[in-house]
Amino acid sequence: MLSSQIKSNEIVFGSCNKDLLEEIIFYGIGLGADFVEIFIENTDNSSVLAEEDFITSVSPSFGKGAGIRIFKGKKDGFVSTNDLTKHGLMRSVSQAIEMLDITDNKRELFNGLNKHRDYSLSKKKWINEVPSIHEISEKLLVSTKSLKKNNKIITRKGSYSRNLQEVIIASSDGTYVSDIRLHQTVGLNVIASDAQYRSSGSRRFGSSGMPNEFRLWDHEKAANDVFESSMNMLYADYVDAGQMPVVLANKFGGVIFHEACGHLLETTQIERGTTPFENKLNEKIAHESVTAIDEGISEGSFGSLSVDDEGMEPEKSVLIEDGILKKFISDRAGELRTGHKRTGSGRRQNYSFAAASRMRNTYIAKGEHSKEDLINSISEGLYCKSMGGGSVGATGQFNFAVEEGYLIKNGKLSSPVKGATLIGEAKEVMPKISMCGNDLELAPGFCGSISGSVNVTVGQPHIKVDSITVGGR
Amino acid sequence: MNSREITTQISKAADFLNLKKWDYGASFSNDYSVQVDKGEAKQLKASQKQILTIRVWNQSNLVGITTTSDISESGIKKALKQANIASDFGNKNESTEFSPLAKDPIKVKEVKKRIPVGIKKLLTVLREAEVKLLESHESIKSVPYNGLSESFFERVYANSEGAFRSYSKSQAALYLYARAEEKNKKPRSSGSVKLGYGADDIDIESCIKEASNKTISHLNYSSIKTDKYLICFSPESFLTIINAFSSMFNARSIIDGVSLSNKNSIGEKLSTEALNIYDDGLHEKNISSTPFDGEGTPTKRLCLINRGRIENFIHSESTARIFKTTPTGHAGLGSKVSVSPDWIVVEKSEKNFDLKTSLDHSTYEGEFVYIEELNAIHAGVRASQGSFSLPFDGWLYKNGKKISIESATVAGDIKYLLKNIVNIESSQEVTTSGISPHIWVDELSITGDA
Repeated sequence: MLSSQIKSNEIVFGSCNKDLLEEIIFYGIGLGADFVEIFIENTDNSSVLAEEDFITSVSPSFGKGAGIRIFKGKKDGFVSTNDLTKHGLMRSVSQAIEMLDITDNKRELFNGLNKHRDYSLSKKKWINEVPSIHEISEKLLVSTKSLKKNNKIITRKGSYSRNLQEVIIASSDGTYVSDIRLHQTVGLNVIASDAQYRSSGSRRFGSSGMPNEFRLWDHEKAANDVFESSMNMLYADYVDAGQMPVVLANKFGGVIFHEACGHLLETTQIERGTTPFENKLNEKIAHESVTAIDEGISEGSFGSLSVDDEGMEPEKSVLIEDGILKKFISDRAGELRTGHKRTGSGRRQNYSFAAASRMRNTYIAKGEHSKEDLINSISEGLYCKSMGGGSVGATGQFNFAVEEGYLIKNGKLSSPVKGATLIGEAKEVMPKISMCGNDLELAPGFCGSISGSVNVTVGQPHIKVDSITVGGR
Repeated sequence: MNSREITTQISKAADFLNLKKWDYGASFSNDYSVQVDKGEAKQLKASQKQILTIRVWNQSNLVGITTTSDISESGIKKALKQANIASDFGNKNESTEFSPLAKDPIKVKEVKKRIPVGIKKLLTVLREAEVKLLESHESIKSVPYNGLSESFFERVYANSEGAFRSYSKSQAALYLYARAEEKNKKPRSSGSVKLGYGADDIDIESCIKEASNKTISHLNYSSIKTDKYLICFSPESFLTIINAFSSMFNARSIIDGVSLSNKNSIGEKLSTEALNIYDDGLHEKNISSTPFDGEGTPTKRLCLINRGRIENFIHSESTARIFKTTPTGHAGLGSKVSVSPDWIVVEKSEKNFDLKTSLDHSTYEGEFVYIEELNAIHAGVRASQGSFSLPFDGWLYKNGKKISIESATVAGDIKYLLKNIVNIESSQEVTTSGISPHIWVDELSITGDA
């Protein structure tokens, strides 16, 4: 009996926890669960804020916790706790079983955990390789100093955060996985002011699994970019509202696809009945120039993973190929409830959330046009150089803010404009993406949804949307 | 460990590490929630959480901080050590001290203690609510976003000078967002949220009725022509706007240069003399009230706008010291202490002679746009610049008829909006974020598809 082999009464990171995990899973299966999953994490995070020429905040944090998920049929119960003792974990299993009101005598088979897949072996040294607070502070202060380019810049900020997450995932299908994830992000922000005019500029950079990346970050280039953006927008007029063609820049311009379409291709949306694409597999949902991909494998990208939060290696999923819908983004519950195969996309912010189908690195593939081809094709429209945040509503309607925009007149970029918001619905906008540039680039971001805030990459080449509603004044 | 034991533990560990000055905030919670999908339990969730944030002052009086969920003896020691290391990087430009009010008496609302009703009861209640909502109208096909939750928590603040305060409370929430579909029309969605001290206190029937009525009222829709319109903000949407631009009253934002106000803005006229705005975290209708802030300062009612003019800013300990005033009970607990409003109360002042009182959302027969709910605040508000461009749910009232507006945004400038308030209705409504009457604003830009 495995239960007689127990050596530890508490999860200990860096040790073999197999016996204890098996006993917890046996306990859940014995109580009638169809499936038991244990997700355990240990975090070590820190963030630093520089304002003007001072470090104004250094915030370290650390913690441990476990999320236990029990399935019975298509129902699931999820319990999270900070108590990683055997007693605490078993109590959580009992609570989940009780919530699901499991009373039948049918027992699933659990053959014990498979051989440990340890993705963390080469990553244990990361904690010693990431920059120290002292090093981070020095570079942030140099960065904010670089933003001090004229007296119209009234506010300068630089921020850094590092999240190191060690995870253990074990489940009754035999999955037994360990991993270490490292995410670093750095951002610069300015506010410019002159009399009644105000503008702001911001850029964020991020990486995963690259402890040295912050040291290599080109803060001068970033500072120049942010400064230039804020100066360009300082005296900008408000955009006139209306329907018009737009060109969306590459990198973070990809947020349009993320918000407008990507979320609607997550199986959680099928479960809710809130995606217009539910029955459109192998049908045309976008212009033939559009091929869209979601993957978790690009080295160093902010949304990349060695293994997802359900223990599956991420795959490269071609979601849309030449305008045809090919695949949905799926997790374990999504596969169970909608039939779409898992794609290694089960993700969660931390142990207190159950995993859900979430995007990773999501982008529109490059086309054959130059940026100039796209702009030259428009007589009157809008060029969205930098996008702000956005959201998608319960009926698929999306909107997002344009941080830095320029009018297009007679095929040329014209004056800067502010206050623009792009509004539309995915199924109406996707067929209107008529041209894709050849300059695909990715940008990091944070995506908030059902399983919390997760690191993602958005991306695209420059793209042209033939017509979209631009909110303004 | 209970909160007294944690305080003792921190005190002992701090002595051991020769840390003379420290404070901490902690919260402990047990949460339960359910979601359903067409009668089936979808996800049932329970969580037990504990969070401890410790600040220490080093010998140069610089502050360091650490947050952890590990409230074991070793976790507390590690947190103190990390905070001490972080204090080497403490802000030399702006000092932080204990709140001078951290030992003042606090007002704790007397609320009957609730006990958890349990997941099974929550599930039964939510299932019944979903069925009733689905049966309320043939067009309502699903309730894709729904949930019923209850939370029981304790919050603590203590410091090395003997301040200690804690309170425990409970809160429950129900949300129902229905989706209606009709042939050859786009799906429409709307919903309702209700709060209570416990699950048994929530007015479930009114939540169902409100979600149903709101969803059905959007079934007949039309796009709107891009133009400037007379606008009536619902209490909820006006409070959303005020909260989004609350940096105007926020001393932290002013010091950081991200507010439209400055240190000399007290007395500045922002709006009609008929407008009063308060922040009142202890208001009897505020289910989420807390008797003290992150620094232990007691929560209190504070006038932000008096007869159209800025009356006060909200403060933490350090911003109050810089402004030579007292903390107002709006601080968080962090390395850099944040400041935020609690619960906004909008009122019509006694000086309301310039209002166009014929503008009443229930009787006015002229053309206007009624904004029921503003969306995507994080994307469409530029608080430091004063501008907004926000999608909304609402109706166009014209020729005595109302029709739901499809896919539109309202855009403008907060100072322009406040200056162009033309009526403040008499009757206030309670929402989840405060209390406000309907507010009428002239000439705001709406972008539509027509």
